[in-house]
Amino acid sequence: MSTLNEHIVSSFEDELTNLNKSISEMGGMVEQAITESANALLRLDHQKAQDVRQFDRKIDEMQQRINDAAVSIIARRQPMAADLRMVVTAIQVANDLERTGDMAKQLAKRALQIETLGLAPKFYNGVKHMTELVARQLKMALDAYLARDSKAAVEVCNRDDEVDALHTSLFRELLTYMMEDPRNITQCTHLLFCAKSLERVGDHATNIAEAAYYLETGLHLAAEAQQRSPR
Amino acid sequence: MSATLEAARSADPKSSPPAMSGNKVSVFYGAKQALFEVDLDIERHQVTSLIGPSGCGKSTFLRSLNRMNDTIEGCRVEGKITLDGQDIYDRSIDVVELRARVGMVFQKPNPFPKSIYENVAYGPRIHGLSRNKAELDDIVTSSIRRAGLWNEVKDRLNEPGTGLSGGQQQRLCIARAIATQPEVLLMDEPCSALDPIATAIVEELIDELRENFTIVIVTHSMQQAARVSQKTAFFHLGKLIEEGKTEDIFTNPKNKQTQDYITGRIG
Repeated sequence: MSTLNEHIVSSFEDELTNLNKSISEMGGMVEQAITESANALLRLDHQKAQDVRQFDRKIDEMQQRINDAAVSIIARRQPMAADLRMVVTAIQVANDLERTGDMAKQLAKRALQIETLGLAPKFYNGVKHMTELVARQLKMALDAYLARDSKAAVEVCNRDDEVDALHTSLFRELLTYMMEDPRNITQCTHLLFCAKSLERVGDHATNIAEAAYYLETGLHLAAEAQQRSPR
Repeated sequence: MSATLEAARSADPKSSPPAMSGNKVSVFYGAKQALFEVDLDIERHQVTSLIGPSGCGKSTFLRSLNRMNDTIEGCRVEGKITLDGQDIYDRSIDVVELRARVGMVFQKPNPFPKSIYENVAYGPRIHGLSRNKAELDDIVTSSIRRAGLWNEVKDRLNEPGTGLSGGQQQRLCIARAIATQPEVLLMDEPCSALDPIATAIVEELIDELRENFTIVIVTHSMQQAARVSQKTAFFHLGKLIEEGKTEDIFTNPKNKQTQDYITGRIG
């Protein structure tokens, strides 16, 4: 069932293709937002941080457009089977992307708050590493979704443990800095919140990967995993 | 649309044996084979929908379930179809009695050119299901009630059935079909000649009727199959391609041909 024939009604085919394109476009926007906001944070770039906050409005609009398109397809075409899954997951994925965009906005906000404080590289190395990891997760999840690749989707889900582990170790690390010198507390607390936001991005990437799995197979990944390895 | 798949709410697992069962059913019209070795169980108190493009054999299969095909010249049925385990093509079977047990509702409402009362009373009378007028009245009233038509016709039972609206006529035909207390009700596109409101009323009725009857419906409307049935069977070029829980067929069909058909793609 990998390759589908074209719809008899070509305008329906176009609408589905456009929906997919919109998801791809929105995904690109959100990936960019995450990278830029992390850069703004690490380089304490005021302008970039402002830009990300502005950009979030565009991401929100995009989500609205995707939702409207999906609702319109459901109302007028009554999609079935793979088409139905495509439309439903588009709504889900757009929602996760919008939330991810919010996380980028949070990071940008933090950047504006700590720009006066100045950061030592040893403090933000962990956050930097974590940003790279979740950005990769997000990209892989989106690729899996757009390519309808359930195997790649499973891989993304399995890798979420890495993000969680990194988050935990970062938490400990920042705690140590705070104990070393109470003057670090303000910066490290900000960074802790950033780490939390990034961890959430990882969760949204997992959600998108789960949607990708459902899109291709019609099955729920969590339930599948449980069946395969009953602990 | 939200309630679409909810229709499968009580698709209960096979607790009782199927009401009807087709085993390697092949149907020929003269030299032309219209149906190829179809195996399909019709579960009790469920609505089974048969879908597929025109000429796929779904109506042929439906008609073979109460031997309507017998009336077509040169039609031959091979394989075995059972009703409660009994072979319906066995010589000992009285076809008239079989059709009382397996009733049918057609695409176009076709009430007899008689009064509303007589339309419904006809079946029970010829099958001797009532001993007197009072009993017959009871059967007619309850059948019309079950068909959800009572309030609309109670004051005009002696008027001709053909004077009703299309939707009402179809419900009258359903009342007529259930008056003989059939076990199975076959419906061949029962809503294709009705407007959306009348269609919704008939669909609601189908859902209520399955409490007492087993229903098999042929429909060209995918949405209708998704709405009313618990089990769906997809036919293509005389073959049964896929059957399963309606919910599964419409969200995640296993077969590519099924997928292509229900999503409106060229197969």
